[in-house]
Amino acid sequence: MWREGDGVWREGGGVWREGDGVWREDGHVWREGSGRHGGDVPVKKLGVIVNPVAGVGGRVGLKGSDGADIVHRALELGAVRDAPRRARLALERLTRLRDEIEILAAPGEMGADEARAAGFAPTVVGSLAGRQTYAAAERERLGTAGPDLGAAGEFTLTTAADSEQAARAMAAAGADLILFAGGDGTARTICTAVGTSVPVIGVPAGVKIHSAVYATTPAAAGDVVALYLHDRPGAVQLREAEVMDIDEEAFREDRVSARLYGFMAVPVARGLTQSAKAGGVAGEQRALLDVATDVVAVMEPGCLYIVGPGTTTRTIMERLGLPKTLLGVDLVADGALVAADATEGDLLRALERYACARIVVTAIGGQGHVFGRGNQQISPAVIRRVGREHVVVVATQTKLLSLEGRPLLVDTGDPELDAELSGYVKVVTGLGEKMVYKVGV
Amino acid sequence: MSETPQEKVARLARLRRDGGVLRDYRSPRYDEPFIMEQGAPGERGVFVPLAEDGVKKAVGEAADYIPEGMARAAAPVLPEMSQHQVLRHYLRYSQMTLGMDLGSDISEGTCTMKYSPKLHEELVRYHRAADLHPWQDEDTLQGLLEIVYETGQYLKEISGMDGFTLQPGGGSHAVYTNACVMRRYFEARGELGQRDEMITTIFSHPCDAATPKVAGFKVITVMPDENGYPDLEAFKAAVSERTVGCMITNPEDTGIYNPQIDKYVEVLHDAGALAFTDQANANGILGIARARDAGFDACHFNLHKTFSSPHGCEGPASGAYMVTEKLAPYLPVPVVTKVGETYHLDYDRPESIGRVRGFLGNWLCVIRAYAWIRNMGPDGLREVAEISVLNNNYLDRLLMAVKGVTRPYAEGHRRLDQVRYSLEELKEDTGFGTEAVRDRMVDFGIQSYWMSHHPWVVPEPFTPEPCETYDKRDLDEWAATIKKVSDEAYHEPDVVREAPHAQPIDQMRRTEAMEDPAQWAFTWRAYKKKVLGRQGPA
Repeated sequence: MWREGDGVWREGGGVWREGDGVWREDGHVWREGSGRHGGDVPVKKLGVIVNPVAGVGGRVGLKGSDGADIVHRALELGAVRDAPRRARLALERLTRLRDEIEILAAPGEMGADEARAAGFAPTVVGSLAGRQTYAAAERERLGTAGPDLGAAGEFTLTTAADSEQAARAMAAAGADLILFAGGDGTARTICTAVGTSVPVIGVPAGVKIHSAVYATTPAAAGDVVALYLHDRPGAVQLREAEVMDIDEEAFREDRVSARLYGFMAVPVARGLTQSAKAGGVAGEQRALLDVATDVVAVMEPGCLYIVGPGTTTRTIMERLGLPKTLLGVDLVADGALVAADATEGDLLRALERYACARIVVTAIGGQGHVFGRGNQQISPAVIRRVGREHVVVVATQTKLLSLEGRPLLVDTGDPELDAELSGYVKVVTGLGEKMVYKVGV
Repeated sequence: MSETPQEKVARLARLRRDGGVLRDYRSPRYDEPFIMEQGAPGERGVFVPLAEDGVKKAVGEAADYIPEGMARAAAPVLPEMSQHQVLRHYLRYSQMTLGMDLGSDISEGTCTMKYSPKLHEELVRYHRAADLHPWQDEDTLQGLLEIVYETGQYLKEISGMDGFTLQPGGGSHAVYTNACVMRRYFEARGELGQRDEMITTIFSHPCDAATPKVAGFKVITVMPDENGYPDLEAFKAAVSERTVGCMITNPEDTGIYNPQIDKYVEVLHDAGALAFTDQANANGILGIARARDAGFDACHFNLHKTFSSPHGCEGPASGAYMVTEKLAPYLPVPVVTKVGETYHLDYDRPESIGRVRGFLGNWLCVIRAYAWIRNMGPDGLREVAEISVLNNNYLDRLLMAVKGVTRPYAEGHRRLDQVRYSLEELKEDTGFGTEAVRDRMVDFGIQSYWMSHHPWVVPEPFTPEPCETYDKRDLDEWAATIKKVSDEAYHEPDVVREAPHAQPIDQMRRTEAMEDPAQWAFTWRAYKKKVLGRQGPA
């Protein structure tokens, strides 16, 4: 008998631990089964990208950190660059796995420093050699007119292009997951580089956190990485999550102009026992299909359906056998596509031709916006024309619960309409299933 | 090497220091193959005597009596084993199971796990009960019918309702019966075309949403407000002329009693709808609050929870469904009635939804519940609720002192008989959530706890329910175990990460197979095909 009482099997120089399904021998990890995870699998690779100036604007009330002037003003006002610390907090949750996970880090403070601080010996992707410091760059930009930032300006100047390049290099090097610390601007940059080709998890460190790609805290981000890359990959599902960003200039003028830039594949931890009962990838896909089936089942002939952006509404279009503009608004009537990626003008013109119309929208982004984020084409004029009672909100129960009790939000730009839309809405959560949910402004 | 007496003393002293009452425990562990993998051709447990020649001559071969087409072509592929091998196999399995009477079932919140008196097992095994045939004429079932009828009368008194059936074979079955009764009620009134929506709440039992779906209704779920009970405004928004009724619990899974429950019922009645309350677990309100007094039209009890009949896999279940006069005509047939001094099975009920189960339901559960109610008496029933609530609040005091444990909703308000706690803080601090704690606590001989019904609204949840059965030592032990695991999570993380250490099996790691029809295997045949990659016999 080569099986020991403690659930560990040993033979030769190797060891197999009951339950995790891998054979470890001689520095290699052999995984049972076939396909992607079959055979000799190298140690998992985690990309780490930190935007060192993310979040500086927020601490001093500047509503974002995009743009050189803003960073400068923030530092002047005494803002502390907190993203590196937050990244380190996430990575420290992984220190125990330093032999199991290889870190591909962007250079210097963009990842490598934080990885080393957490006990890793990262493989550095790219270089910042010869780069000037922020203070030097600012002196160059502003001449001697620029005030002296002191020690606060003595860090290497990096840009969004560095993050983008690092993300591309990590994808090319076979990263299994990229962890970034930043805000919506950083998320956008990484989304441009890798899209959904490599899973990405965000450490919330920016001022703008409208995207749905972040873990709730730095530690939680580290925990989901551990789960996904090592502890229990089966306990994690990848979800297509929205990448949003708002125009900071407009935001500073108290106008919100949010755009839906795309989607990234984000690992989401779920309970193991829970998954066996009802959750899981299959469960969530099933729930989406149920939502779509419910909506399609009650579609009325001769009625115009204005279908907002998102993956939930995409399932409805798939159910109808129609293509979906993931980031845009599509129009459907009698099972056929009337217009794809419609503008507000298109919508208003189409509404002239239909006596009956419905708006089908889902909550967009991490904050739960039903209107006003990523679907501004569905303008106050469009909503008024269709009528509040003809707005159909769709979302799976999982998505609603991920709001942790916060209300759904409306921000159409028309305060009166927002007030009319707030209250309670019956969200379609499944086939013949609705949830009464609060809508706030 | 085994422990010396000195080492043992030192270890127990250490355990006492850690929490005072932690248990030193180790489960037996056998490397036991499936029974289908055991035995050898020709081995037998029992030799069945062949028919005697005289019998054969008179009536022929037994096999000839099997209709053509029903006889199998090949013998079933069953393991061939001797009696003692079979006995040994199942004893090993049973030893590796932390049975109901071995561990503390404080862990099983929402299940109302209380001691089931062994005397009741004597009663149901007694030949005058065990030998009854369900198709006997009612004249010969008077004793059983009396027990069913009298139990119904007690439950009417406890709930304030007018009519009952004990036919449903479980709690969800009784809840389903309610959905059918409500459907029949509106059908009789000609309103079924208009009304097709049932309202429930996210913290009610999932069967309160699932069973109306099975009965053909749409389901609307209401979320709680910061008080922890259903948001009344949301509830009002859910109710309309399409509403059939509500199916909700109170207290819900959080243990928070909704003191305005009558207002919700009023909203329903104003809309012409009906109100049902799921009282599967009535331990917090027994003898104190009656469903009828809050205006409900119907309710149910799980005789295998509140009324002490063994629960779950350990025994058949029984759902007692109770209604007001208005819904009584629709109860399943037969209804047990009493005319003069005799008991009858009344099938002459034209408005009935029909049968929901064969015979009289699981009447063994009814006998146990009857005995329990008789033993407790009215004051005893109320004391059950009082002790349960006291136990829960004592345990709550201990648990709220454990680092990493929080109690969402209704800050400063007491819970009744159970609490849904959260380990979100522990998870944030240490990376260990509720599953990790659950996997470790079993190393102390405590049953792994119930986390939550689906979906998880409270993050990293766990839900203990210390029924009246448990004494202070049990409560102290339970809380000390959670405290110990919390301490370990903060200071000895590897102990928690690798747990359990004292159990026959390790963590379930590849549960994704449970979601994949191509991988899951719940029968030997499926296991052979999907896991071992072998085709079974044709």
